[in-house]
Amino acid sequence: MNNSTVMNAGILRRASTWLYINPRYFLAVLLLPPLIWLGVIYLGALLNLLAQSFFRLDEFSGQVIHEIGLSNFINLFHIANIDIILRTVSMAILVTMGCAFIAFPIAYYMARYTSGKTRALFYLAVMLPLWSSYLVRVYAWKLILAKEGVIGWIFYSLGLESVLNWILEIPLIGGPSLSFSRLGTFIVFVYIWVPFMILPIQAAIERIPKSFLEASADLGAKPHQTFWRVIFPLALPGIAAGSIFTFSLTLGDYIIPGIIGNSTMYIGQVVYMHQGTAGNLPFAAAFSVVPIIIIGIYLALAKRMGAFDAL
Amino acid sequence: MHSKTNKSPISLKLAAYGGLLFLHIPMAFIFLYAFTTEQRSYQFPPPGLTLKWFERAWDRPDVWRAIELSLQVAALSTLIALILGTLAAFALSRARFFGRETFSMLLVLPIALPGIITGLSLRAGYHAADIPFGFWTIVIGHATFCIVVVYNNAVARLRRTSANLIEASMDLGADGFQTFRYILLPNLGSALLAGGMLAFALSFDEVIVTTFTAGQQTTLPIWMYQELIRPRDRPVTNVVALIIVAVTTIPILVAYYLTMENEDVDGGGK
Repeated sequence: MNNSTVMNAGILRRASTWLYINPRYFLAVLLLPPLIWLGVIYLGALLNLLAQSFFRLDEFSGQVIHEIGLSNFINLFHIANIDIILRTVSMAILVTMGCAFIAFPIAYYMARYTSGKTRALFYLAVMLPLWSSYLVRVYAWKLILAKEGVIGWIFYSLGLESVLNWILEIPLIGGPSLSFSRLGTFIVFVYIWVPFMILPIQAAIERIPKSFLEASADLGAKPHQTFWRVIFPLALPGIAAGSIFTFSLTLGDYIIPGIIGNSTMYIGQVVYMHQGTAGNLPFAAAFSVVPIIIIGIYLALAKRMGAFDAL
Repeated sequence: MHSKTNKSPISLKLAAYGGLLFLHIPMAFIFLYAFTTEQRSYQFPPPGLTLKWFERAWDRPDVWRAIELSLQVAALSTLIALILGTLAAFALSRARFFGRETFSMLLVLPIALPGIITGLSLRAGYHAADIPFGFWTIVIGHATFCIVVVYNNAVARLRRTSANLIEASMDLGADGFQTFRYILLPNLGSALLAGGMLAFALSFDEVIVTTFTAGQQTTLPIWMYQELIRPRDRPVTNVVALIIVAVTTIPILVAYYLTMENEDVDGGGK
């Protein structure tokens, strides 16, 4: 550091010293830009949306009437809307269970039996799909599940076409082909959200002290008893933490059921449709409050299971 | 850390590696289909392989425009997120103040709430404020959910940077800015780069918030989404899918290696 830079930095130096001895102002300087961005732009937008949900659309003019009322929320209890909400919630629950089922062995193996290079490989293999190419990964399943795609080809090559047709004929989950069936929607949801389940479970298992396992073995427990009595209960908060993601992400998604599935609607699609083609922003806003409330309830339940300690 | 002396049951090993294959094999089909000669259906196995779709995609001005827009949006959102995320990390890493928990909640909210809610609120907000939809409305949306990514990386590193380093620097006569420039920034550098890379990948790839905040603009994921809803040119879509994978995978790999090293506490002195 030569002298001239020190001289030039005189004002800066005094400013920084002043900030250092007045930490309150320093904090304010640091905090203000992100606070304005998130507090004004983002929170403002959220509150505006909430306010919109109490307005209503004039059916004749198509204009939004700025009067507070509960008509949108009353409309939510229309049988068709209840149907959509129940369908979405049950899909979210099933997807969460599917994700836990696939994620658990990966997380367990990762936490207990890998180290060094293998651990790094597992970590990367989970991180990559978690962060990247959501839309492309949905598209990949369009290729795979298509009637003429690879799954159809495998069944055909093994001479098991009748099995595939039998599956597709099952009411509720079937359809003309896997990519137009509810089973297809389920598979893709599970595939897309599984990575979010793996890391919390892995972290929960990692934290189990080795002495617990030794104590269990010393007291005469067989490996499977140790697993079900010690490891699994302690891994549950991890599953609960992961399920927050899988549940909430499934609840709000409108792209996956739009691309893979029969054309029954999910919450996200209804919100999307009402704000777009129908131009009924107030009702879309009211409908988007539904996943927020469901997620709120879910979070309260997950908190009881200790999910937040495992995040 | 527990020792890894015990061997895993074979069924567990199979389930774990099977799970990893489930996560990654579908992407192989994206790669394969970019080269298929079949252009009307998703026929498997492909009747033949060709490179001509890359040529066709190369000649498509709409694809180029979409790539350019996505790169611009991702770069600007990352820049904004870097500034705001770093400031937030400095503010929250050491100081205790009223509303601290609420503020950290606020940081996570844009990514914790389903994208459709973030998107819809921003759309309604722009509408209420009479802001015309365009390039900047997309950037604002992306920056909002990218802040937390940078923040997470920066705050983790700051927690591991010993306070002694800052005090030593001040004791030796450095002012606040010098301490920032010569002590904190080099320490924070790779964490910020990693956070920036993740934010870039996240933004480049984002489709849900973007559909709500874009006007007539078409980012690359929006282009791809439109193709998925109404397929017009499947071979080009397959090539674009491959491009998206490449552009988002590389920054994530870089971010991973940047955060892997440097695991011990800088200036921890133990």
